[in-house]
Amino acid sequence: MILETPAQRRALLERSKSVAVVGASNNPLRPSYTVFSYLRTQHRYAIAAINPTIAQIDGVVAYPSLSAYAQANGAPDIIDVFRKPSEVVPLVQEAIAVGAKAIWFQYGVINEEAIALADKAGLDVVVDRCMKVESARFNGGLSMTGLNSGIITSRRSETHA
Amino acid sequence: MQDRSFGFATRSIHAGSPPDPTTGARATPIYQTAAFVFGTTEQAAELFQLRSYGHIYSRISNPTVSAFEERMASLEGGLGGIAFSSGLAAQLCTVLALAQSGDHILSSQNIYGGTVTQFSITLRRMGIEASFAPVEDFAALEAAIRPNTKLLFAETIGNPSGTLADLDALAKLAHKHGIPLVVDNTFASPYLCRPIEHGADIVVHSATKFISGHGTTMGGIMVESGRFDFGSGKFPLLSEASPGYHNKVFTETFGEYAFLMRSRAEVLRDVGAQMSPMDAWILMLGLETLPLRMEAHVRNAKAIVAYLEARPEVEWVRAPEMGSIFTFGIRGGREAGRRFIDSLELWSHLANVGDAKSLVIHPASTTHSQLNDDEMRKAGVAPEAVRLSVGLEDVADLTWDLGNALEASQRGALAESAR
Repeated sequence: MILETPAQRRALLERSKSVAVVGASNNPLRPSYTVFSYLRTQHRYAIAAINPTIAQIDGVVAYPSLSAYAQANGAPDIIDVFRKPSEVVPLVQEAIAVGAKAIWFQYGVINEEAIALADKAGLDVVVDRCMKVESARFNGGLSMTGLNSGIITSRRSETHA
Repeated sequence: MQDRSFGFATRSIHAGSPPDPTTGARATPIYQTAAFVFGTTEQAAELFQLRSYGHIYSRISNPTVSAFEERMASLEGGLGGIAFSSGLAAQLCTVLALAQSGDHILSSQNIYGGTVTQFSITLRRMGIEASFAPVEDFAALEAAIRPNTKLLFAETIGNPSGTLADLDALAKLAHKHGIPLVVDNTFASPYLCRPIEHGADIVVHSATKFISGHGTTMGGIMVESGRFDFGSGKFPLLSEASPGYHNKVFTETFGEYAFLMRSRAEVLRDVGAQMSPMDAWILMLGLETLPLRMEAHVRNAKAIVAYLEARPEVEWVRAPEMGSIFTFGIRGGREAGRRFIDSLELWSHLANVGDAKSLVIHPASTTHSQLNDDEMRKAGVAPEAVRLSVGLEDVADLTWDLGNALEASQRGALAESAR
């Protein structure tokens, strides 16, 4: 299912336990490093990098492929994708093969064929969103920075209760 | 959590202010603290590298101030906001986020005198040059755009002229030349006009006016849409490695958040014109009643305009189609204006607008008193012009006071002509 609403994205982030970041860089200036580092230091998810060109990021092992990750850890709950849109169809095929539950395409990673493929295979799909921004939308991070989270509620946050 | 697009009045009260996560306090607490304790050194490092969200030091961000910023961003329909110590600080920091020595900015000339001074004197001393053209003269504005022009600035409702800016057309013009449109929306407030809906990229306010609503608090806010492409190469402050922040390339690391992140992490940090938590709290209290107050301001202003138009002592009334601040001309020029002001009992004679209290100022005897009549007309201010900011009192009381003062304004003239 393509998750289009904030409530759907929030539910995905809350029920998931493991994240594999495909294309995570070890260059601190790259957005993929920023997102990886944010998710790692939140200590909310078991996090891993998928990148055949590097061995590790900040001490976290980088796997050469999704299949190699799955062999060691089982399928990740979310695959977070930083890849060229033209290169993501094989990745979705690999995600389906390892039994991933959700695939998250970062800003600009838009490939209609890949989206349809993942959707048809029963994966939850998020498109053209940032996993760091969406996490921060629901955990109060955006609000701390004066950013418009869109959250309106008179319920007390459960995470701090 | 439910998915819903909440209305303006709901967001005026709730945006940015869920119950306090620590205590459950329903009103956003005043976090009157200079600094915030880090969790671990790892968390501290992540914060300083702008990879994680959180508060470090109240010059850069503070929970009470952030709540105000988010509420304003929601009301203006922007990506985020940054609060400042005043409206002038908000627009100065907006310019400094985009322009540096050797650059140029273009502005409507139908704007607040204090902004003209900031742009034409203070910025010039810093090496940033400003040009001005009439807000409705698109040919003159376009002709004034240079290769090094970094922004186009205008006021939704010009102060004090009341000239309305055609924001859609100005945005089109700015974007044609690859520059953002910056709009001062102070006189309209987001209740009457949301410039981002008309193509503006950045909105600034003096929050001292309708946002405060009660003439109690100095403040400024800048809201950005997140839609403008600052990575075009025209804005090296955002798209080239920043020596002021770990050589970060803001457009590369932050995408649509680049402008807001750099404006906070570098400009606000280095200029130090932050809003205080106490002031943010008062301004949020003001925002809760913004829709109610703006309706009443506009209703009262319409009644006052109609009253003045029927008075024989009034030569002209120049009221914009929007808002509650306007000018009128009094028969008898500068002297009659002076007698009018001196005879008012209820209207407050002071240099501010957007208060619950009705306010009046006579430029010829105050802000422009050093100019002769010809010089004043050149500056766009008639000697007989009186500016009103209509408040929330009973209209009958306001017109009672105006009527008495208008009569008194002519008595001196009669006495003089009888002499």
